[in-house]
Amino acid sequence: MLRHAGKRLLAAIPLLLVVPLLVFLLIDLAPGDPAVVLAGDNPTPERIAAIQARLGLSDPVVERYARWVGAVLHGDLGKSLMSDQSVMEMIIRRMGATMSLVLFAMVMAVVLGALMAILSSLRPGGVVDRLVNWLASIAIAIPAFWFGLVLASLFAVTYRVFPAFGFVPLSEGIGPWLSHLVLPGVALGLLPAAEVTLQLRSALGQVLTSDYILNARAKGLSRRSVLFKHALKNACVPVVTVFGFRVAEVLAGSVTIEIIYNMPGLGSLAVDSVLSRDIPVLLGFVLFSTSVVVVVNLLVDISYGYFNPKVRA
Amino acid sequence: MKNVTTPPDDLLDAPGDPYAESAGTGILRGILRRRSTIVAGGFLALLVLVAVLAPVIAPYDPNVQNVLQRLRPPGSGHLLGTDDYGRDVLSRLIHSARVSLQAAAQAVAVALVIGLSPGVAAGFRGGWLDAALTRIMDALMSAPSLVLAITIVAVLGPGVTNAMLAVGVIMAPRFFRVSRATTMDVRHETYIEASIALGCGNLRTAVRHILPNVMPPIVLVTSVSLGAAVAAEASLSFLGLGVRPPAASWGSMLSTASSNMGLAPYLVWPPGVMIFLTVLAFTYLGDGVRKGMLRSRSASGKGE
Repeated sequence: MLRHAGKRLLAAIPLLLVVPLLVFLLIDLAPGDPAVVLAGDNPTPERIAAIQARLGLSDPVVERYARWVGAVLHGDLGKSLMSDQSVMEMIIRRMGATMSLVLFAMVMAVVLGALMAILSSLRPGGVVDRLVNWLASIAIAIPAFWFGLVLASLFAVTYRVFPAFGFVPLSEGIGPWLSHLVLPGVALGLLPAAEVTLQLRSALGQVLTSDYILNARAKGLSRRSVLFKHALKNACVPVVTVFGFRVAEVLAGSVTIEIIYNMPGLGSLAVDSVLSRDIPVLLGFVLFSTSVVVVVNLLVDISYGYFNPKVRA
Repeated sequence: MKNVTTPPDDLLDAPGDPYAESAGTGILRGILRRRSTIVAGGFLALLVLVAVLAPVIAPYDPNVQNVLQRLRPPGSGHLLGTDDYGRDVLSRLIHSARVSLQAAAQAVAVALVIGLSPGVAAGFRGGWLDAALTRIMDALMSAPSLVLAITIVAVLGPGVTNAMLAVGVIMAPRFFRVSRATTMDVRHETYIEASIALGCGNLRTAVRHILPNVMPPIVLVTSVSLGAAVAAEASLSFLGLGVRPPAASWGSMLSTASSNMGLAPYLVWPPGVMIFLTVLAFTYLGDGVRKGMLRSRSASGKGE
């Protein structure tokens, strides 16, 4: 079990290294002098020279990359080209909003998704089942950022039920924190909730027709107790796998949602760094989000052991 | 000697093409049996028509500004109202269909080129080639998609073509996985081994005998990916990384809506509904194609 997890962790390291390498190579391959491109629309010669010096652009790409990796291993992500702040500090300062948002969305996905799937599995093929299936397949086509705009326009601008914009850290009270998270969180959580619903519903459908469930039913257990005590745990395995993939997508989706709700998170940092071509900040963001995805996938792998004892061996 | 190694063409090809003419029409019939598929396909056909005829249909020039008419709510003169520069929303919506569909097609074309042939090659050759390609595609797949797209756009510069190149690269692993898996499925079928034994080269075997098997699932992935690409273009343009102003796409129109939410809440609906319906239509079309394929396969299985 532990060895399995360790192996997966080792396998994840290349991923952490490859994505930033891609950024370095792309900068190198992009047409024109990278320093001129990075300097923006009206570059002064001093700025170009400064960027050249800062990024060490006269050195070969492999050397630059190796230097960056070395610095990262020492916990140094470099400094922003724009504000001269430490990238590490910028990321830490903005992490709270993004993590709160992603957490809210994922919790909503699990709770709402499980609820819907269980409701529809109580009577497969019934009215509730068909309604849930229909709603979920519609919800999958709704772009999160549009849903976010609609929610903001309805519940924050037209009817002022929730605060429209911004973010309040958890340290200032759970009430304000939650009320600022509801709209963006629901917007971001809808898609994964629909996906969890569909996945769990089909997994439960399969499990509920298997022999051991029939056996439990034949022994006289009620349908409900079979569903909760026997079927649910087995049906979770495929759902957890999908869940791992979703975290990456929710993290990506948080970028647009943060822009709409004006939240000081990593998403707005990333977009700003792209528009101003602040490569060190962008690299920091890329490394951070890839790490989150790697960690979540690792947790997913470990959780298989809980859901399915066969993996533990 | 030559006569022995290269038998007549029909002998080489007939057994290798399970989706030949008769089976193909069976699939089509299976697909058209579902009403939702027809509605979805009809909607998309109409959308393509609107996109092609955009300059003829649109009531106004989509980029002409009229500050006196700015932020007019929907009504006579401007059916869907005007935006913050006084541009007609309906006209921009119609012209955006062009940008969005073209962008989606570009992205999927890139994904097809990067994904399909390496997938077939990996599945067919196996060994180190397979291991290397699978590793690369897995890495691409597990990186957060929009983050990767943003990164690529950051380096190449904003613009629809660059953005769609990025989206295409990100979607390539899906095409790779499907074509690789299907190729491996049929790799050791008798008719493939037979064609190799009869002297078919690797390229000929791959193109004439394996590709026909790979195409049906690829059609499915293409349909779903087109929907995903429309959504991806919208998010990137919303962030200002896609289409360049003054040109519009559904995503950039939503960005306008976002900054004028207090004064003009009606701007939120038209582009969003279009994105939603387009993505939904591609999903239903893909679903219909998949079910049609399953049906015709199980039907022909029973027939034999």
